Amino acid sequence: MQVKLIRRKNGLVVRLNGELDHHTATVFREVIDKELSKNLVHNLVVNFENLTFMDSSGIGAILGRYRQVKAKGGKMVFCGLSEHIKKIMQLGGLLTIIPVCSDENKALASLL
Amino acid sequence: MNYMKMEIPARSENESFVRVVVAAFAARLDPTLEELNEVKTAVSEAVTNCIIHAYDNIEEGIIMITVSLDGNKLSLEIEDYGKGIMDIEQAREPLYTEKPELERAGMGFSIMENFMDELFVESVPGKGTRVTMIRTLGKKHTWDSH
Repeated sequence: MQVKLIRRKNGLVVRLNGELDHHTATVFREVIDKELSKNLVHNLVVNFENLTFMDSSGIGAILGRYRQVKAKGGKMVFCGLSEHIKKIMQLGGLLTIIPVCSDENKALASLL
Repeated sequence: MNYMKMEIPARSENESFVRVVVAAFAARLDPTLEELNEVKTAVSEAVTNCIIHAYDNIEEGIIMITVSLDGNKLSLEIEDYGKGIMDIEQAREPLYTEKPELERAGMGFSIMENFMDELFVESVPGKGTRVTMIRTLGKKHTWDSH
């Protein structure tokens, strides 16, 4: 899985490409935590548009980042969810705490 | 009845490989994309449990995966020879995890239950665990053709 970070004025955009499972969750964690530790951005937009698979390891990894963002007073927004990933997130209770936007621009705008 | 068996060491990089192999074998039942995604997710949860819980990330552990096709019924058996589950009922509870420090969501068994028609868990502490999951696939296809 590739994790691409783009620093924007309103927050950090995280574009995921590939599969997010127990194996790749390590990369997801390390890349995002390194950036968050710089304290330059507090908000996170996670773009799932090019993520082809996710299981409960993804839920755990996302919740871990959500807690960090929230502790720093930031917000987390999702975009580009496929029906399958949406279903996994619903089962994990993520969609009751994290807002979903249809695309990256709308997600960034919602952070203003 | 057609079947296939595979044996892998409990290494996390094998998770995606198992998903692909199971999906390829199940594809002959003409499942929908949604069904395939759900089967792949259930397999992924079971294999991840073996790696993290049964073998505590010790990569030498062995995982056996058996997939059987009977009509349009898919049976999956994921077996390990690891530490076993002391309390299966508790392990199956949503959000329960033994490893919160590893950012585990505690959703593995819930997802397996949700995505498969039937889920059986047998375990002997100190000996290992066998998870059996059954799902009838290609239902839509059958309805369409009748």
